[in-house]
Amino acid sequence: MPILEGQGVSKYFGGLAAVSNVDFHIDQGEIVGMIGPNGAGKTTLFNLISAALPISSGEIRFKGQKLNGLKPHQICKMGVSRTFQETKVFANMPVLQNVLVGAFFGSPNRVLGADATREATQALEFVGLSAMSTTPVKDLTLASQKRTEVARALATKPEVLLLDELMAGLTPTEVSEAMELVRKIRDKGITVFMVEHVMKAIMGICERIMALHHGEKIAEGTPQEIAANKQVIEIYLGEEIRAGS
Amino acid sequence: MDITRFISTHRKLLLVGFLVLILIFITTFPLYTQASHVRLLTTLLIYVVLAVSWALFSGTTGYMSLAPAAFFGLGIYTMALLQKELPFFLIIAIGGLAAFIFALLIGLVTLRLRGIYFTIFTFGLVIFMTEIIQYLETRLWGQHGQHIDPIDNETIFYAMFVLVVVTVLAIYLIRRSRYGLALLSIGGNEEAAEHMGINTTRTKVLIFAISSFFMGATGVIAAPSLVYVNANIAFSTYYSFMPIFMAIFGGMGQIHGPIIGAVIFGYLEKTLRAQLFSYFMLGFGIIMVAVILFLPNGMMGLVPMLQSKLGGVISKIRKGGQAEQHANT
Repeated sequence: MPILEGQGVSKYFGGLAAVSNVDFHIDQGEIVGMIGPNGAGKTTLFNLISAALPISSGEIRFKGQKLNGLKPHQICKMGVSRTFQETKVFANMPVLQNVLVGAFFGSPNRVLGADATREATQALEFVGLSAMSTTPVKDLTLASQKRTEVARALATKPEVLLLDELMAGLTPTEVSEAMELVRKIRDKGITVFMVEHVMKAIMGICERIMALHHGEKIAEGTPQEIAANKQVIEIYLGEEIRAGS
Repeated sequence: MDITRFISTHRKLLLVGFLVLILIFITTFPLYTQASHVRLLTTLLIYVVLAVSWALFSGTTGYMSLAPAAFFGLGIYTMALLQKELPFFLIIAIGGLAAFIFALLIGLVTLRLRGIYFTIFTFGLVIFMTEIIQYLETRLWGQHGQHIDPIDNETIFYAMFVLVVVTVLAIYLIRRSRYGLALLSIGGNEEAAEHMGINTTRTKVLIFAISSFFMGATGVIAAPSLVYVNANIAFSTYYSFMPIFMAIFGGMGQIHGPIIGAVIFGYLEKTLRAQLFSYFMLGFGIIMVAVILFLPNGMMGLVPMLQSKLGGVISKIRKGGQAEQHANT
């Protein structure tokens, strides 16, 4: 049974279908990527899964349980956490306190102060930000702010992590580091579903990729299959990228 | 040198000692001063409760509420209507509870509104209360306003003092609890807070109602000194703006900001008003503009600023001293 799946998922803004009749499934322990041109509905699909937006029709299930009609805080407590395309950090709080929020409120059980602090410290160590735990987040680089978001999401102890353009705006070195981080997260046993435009990253770490266009799923397969798919090349990748590159 | 070291190592002890001294000072205050000073201190304590409870919700979440007057006025009217039926101390609790329930209902309806829309609604609420009370008064009693029997200064003073201690203690504990963290993260980024597992609506409504409880209870205690109230007096927007000015003036980051703001601002208000009548508002305006421009963290923001400036001087002196010692040995 897939850990996260959607059937006929649709979202309409007035007459516009931002996501239209999309089926998807994510298996336990996978890294699944989602690509598509701007406005294809990738972030909207994430917003539907995390309940930032109500779904128009269709059904999303997590471990067989329907998510329709739940609130974002309930989804998080069930074990689906996320980061944001445009970082949404608590800018004035120190890094550790940002992560503490996730540790305190993200788990379904009441967490004691000492446990939350330990949890948050571990998450910071995991993403490599221990040295900056007392720095206000607004003083960090974009790459570090994104890592803070990842640590905050990890502190909620998710089973599925949704990463929305983790690599956007990072330098090539930072992209490599972020790729390493995503692999480490998967090795921890957390299933990863990621939206990404950086092809090197998505082709390098994903086991499976789905491509969205105008809200519809146009292709799905291994990185090789996606890179060779005519429609994906035409719409998104352009001619210069070829299979196996 | 030894004094600064002593202060830094015994910080907690000194703080507790300082608090005990203040409590003793306030407790014994009526014994050696005249009635007018007791009344002045009572007013300051009223402002402290209003400013601290306003900052609990609005200072942390960034939802600017202009409704303190609505809950404060509700307390005043609770006292006006129940003074003959029930003992004073019971009415204080009822006034607080009435404000709590009213805020709960208001919060459930309005806390989905963001930013300026919430602010405007809360402002409208105060005006709505004025109108509805006026309407009810003429309809039900065929009269305008209510008389409230005065209660002696000392009872009022001690009731207010107890309320201040309870309020400050409760709000101090809330602010350092998980709710405090939840409030700050709502202020930081509400969407992210919601996605990190915080039930933001429930947190906002609950804290809004708790802060209103203290405002309502304060209204009950403040009522007898007014002797006569009507809707315009009880629900004066003055009581909405003063706590905000005081909290901004003092700084909202920590609980002592609004307390210090309320004491200084309240004292200035009472003394300046006596000398300058309503021109004192002009001075207030200038002070407010200056604080917002130069001290974005209020008066409390002065402390770290001075510390960093003086700290440099102190450490220089200390280093100089040490160098001297080394030279001597």
